[in-house]
Amino acid sequence: MFRMDALAYHRFHFGFTITFHYLFPQLTMGLGFLIVVLKYLGTYRNNQVANEAARFWGRIFGLNFVMGVVTGIPMEFQFGTNWARFSERAGGVIGSSLAMEGLFAFFLESTFLYLLLFGEKKLSPKMHFASAVCVFLGSWLSGFFIVVTNAWMQHPVGYELDGAGRFHVNDLGAYLTNPWAFVAYAHTMTGSLVTGSFVMASVGAFYLLSKKHTEHAKLFVKVGVVVGLLASLAMAMPTGDMQARLVVKHQPVTFAAMEGHFKTEDSAGLVLIGQPNTETMTVDNPLVIPKALSFMTHQRWDARIEGLSDFPKSEWPERIPLLYYAYHAMVGLGTMFMALMGLAALLLWRKRLFTTRPVLWALMLALPFPYIANTAGWMTTELGRQPWIVYGLMRTEHGSSANVSTGNVLFSLLGFMGLYALLALLFFFIFTRIVASGPNAPSHEGKHEEAHA
Amino acid sequence: MSLETLWFCFAALALAAYVVLDGFDLGVGLVSPLVAKTPGERTLVSASIGPVWDGNEVWLLASGGTIAFAFPKLYAVSVSGFYLPVMLLLWLLVFRALGIEMRHQMSHPLWEEAWSTAFWVSSLLIALFLGVALGNVVRGVSIDAEGHFFAPLWTNLRVGDETGVLDWYTLSVGVLAVTVLGMHGALWLGHRTRGPAAERSIVLAKRALWVVLLLLALVTAATLFVQPLILTSLRARPLGAILPVGALACLATSGFSLRRNRIERAFWASSGFIALLFGSAAFGVYPYVLPARIPEHGLTAVAAATSRYALTAGLSWWIPGLVLATGYFVFTYRKLPRGLGEGES
Repeated sequence: MFRMDALAYHRFHFGFTITFHYLFPQLTMGLGFLIVVLKYLGTYRNNQVANEAARFWGRIFGLNFVMGVVTGIPMEFQFGTNWARFSERAGGVIGSSLAMEGLFAFFLESTFLYLLLFGEKKLSPKMHFASAVCVFLGSWLSGFFIVVTNAWMQHPVGYELDGAGRFHVNDLGAYLTNPWAFVAYAHTMTGSLVTGSFVMASVGAFYLLSKKHTEHAKLFVKVGVVVGLLASLAMAMPTGDMQARLVVKHQPVTFAAMEGHFKTEDSAGLVLIGQPNTETMTVDNPLVIPKALSFMTHQRWDARIEGLSDFPKSEWPERIPLLYYAYHAMVGLGTMFMALMGLAALLLWRKRLFTTRPVLWALMLALPFPYIANTAGWMTTELGRQPWIVYGLMRTEHGSSANVSTGNVLFSLLGFMGLYALLALLFFFIFTRIVASGPNAPSHEGKHEEAHA
Repeated sequence: MSLETLWFCFAALALAAYVVLDGFDLGVGLVSPLVAKTPGERTLVSASIGPVWDGNEVWLLASGGTIAFAFPKLYAVSVSGFYLPVMLLLWLLVFRALGIEMRHQMSHPLWEEAWSTAFWVSSLLIALFLGVALGNVVRGVSIDAEGHFFAPLWTNLRVGDETGVLDWYTLSVGVLAVTVLGMHGALWLGHRTRGPAAERSIVLAKRALWVVLLLLALVTAATLFVQPLILTSLRARPLGAILPVGALACLATSGFSLRRNRIERAFWASSGFIALLFGSAAFGVYPYVLPARIPEHGLTAVAAATSRYALTAGLSWWIPGLVLATGYFVFTYRKLPRGLGEGES
């Protein structure tokens, strides 16, 4: 029953490495923005605590950035190693945005990151602030090019097919302004802000609860809660809603699978929880809001929603239960994020947050959940695209490297698993050390000088 | 010049930039056990490339993206065909980065020793790998009639039709790469740092230069023997001789500058030498982008390229992108200190 063929290994290989990789960029992009906020408060509002906070988060940013770089480089080459037939046919399209990412985003980011982390004493405060802005722009531009690449696989535009079955860009403008890319980009970036702000609030709550670094902690919690609330709200409306509409319009079969909607019906209900059963084509133990799916999708209580039964089985996403759970985990967590941040913001406004220990505990323990929600969101996108590697045009089974045997894929998969376990340990170890040393600890520059004084 | 040739030059340019720029990072790593004897010196050596190694490595990504875009078939066939060496290279790149970036996270002698060791071992192996990779492309691989291959890591170490990634020829190019990049890295340390490590680096570079000359002569002879295509290319386009002649001129300039103790000039001349040597190899195999052991199975630039429209439209972003990237580099390298001493940053 549990038999994996070569294709399954290739898929798991990419799925594992990309999932691990994206744990880091989401914090890089989220923190990139928050550091700009802190630097702004420090530079233009003369807030010394904010300057120290920016330095502290800069150290975490630097560590996180390195992990993102070392796990990101393998991604660019895995299109070739494991997906050679896809690259051969579609490389001319996706290669353009991958090359743009290097040229326009990574050079900018790497140039100014060093100035941000080590240049505070050499640069004027305004130049140092500008470096933070450039790092933020670089990381967000890189996100854009990756989402453009993915958007083309979800909703191909601006291409032509030649006689040999290869895709070429025939309208660069259309490729870069893919409507799917804009919506997915807004949704993804908001997701990274959720991660960044939750991590910041979590560390702040930890310091407040342990009665350490209180001044900095209050700033962390304040910035984390304000940005976290706005981002959590924007996650659902408008970005999540727009994303769902695109899926309904362009991938209706995916939408039906995500929602666990097996049979076409008018006045379709929204499944909150329950276990999809692909044998009986029903949801077991369902909790349903009647008519809500029709209303949310078409703003009419009696609108018809196509179910999976209306589509040929060959076009169904293969892993319907997993897709369904990924989507429901994302939406469920997103709802809880709004509730938690809404409550925290209310208490902050009433000036009671810093003394309300249960909410501080909740903020502290919430740290892993944005990572889970972001991962579940991308799993929804990618499982939902199946069985296509380029939606409607090229099937995933035709994209893997035919010349690479299963044994070789397993070899590199196991290698990556071991290596990434080491990276995870290192990240945790150093992250906890930075948090334990606190925002008053000397910066890199200071440490260097001290060591040789 | 056809569009395909132009993009071939762009891809070669991006790769040459990678080899020159990350080349000195790797060189610094692989000579570090020879020139840095104390923990303070090891910190200094690592600090000299701290601000730049990441930006330098971006050239690898930019090259990969450029090749995937302009020559999708080359990207697909070669990266999957070299599956095992590519994976090993990716893992080594992880350790190289950790070696540089983990060391200063905690001050403990064992921690620092572990990451210094990871840094030099991975740098040495990556330099060897890059040379072996170049050797494989120049020698040609066993592409079948359908245009695919899967290279085993080794077969019998001979240059035959059923050839592996490692054979006597590719290994010899690997050894040449290690000495060239070692010299390059030593020249970087010689002018960007000062103190005992810098002095040892200069002595090392002077010695390495002679080894480079000797190995270069041997590997060039071997190359002409292994890949006759290069002489054919030279006969068809004699102007291309500028590249190897220029490379030799740069190497000579580097040697004379070293003798007069003008280390920075020797470094830039060595950069020119590496870029032009790489350019000579690229020129030598053209119009192939991946030659085969059976010549007619080789992959040419035209066969590997994407559409004309895409290549033309690509100029509109690739060239501005290159100009921007060059701007960042000029900015960074002018800001970087020369003659960095221990305990400074």
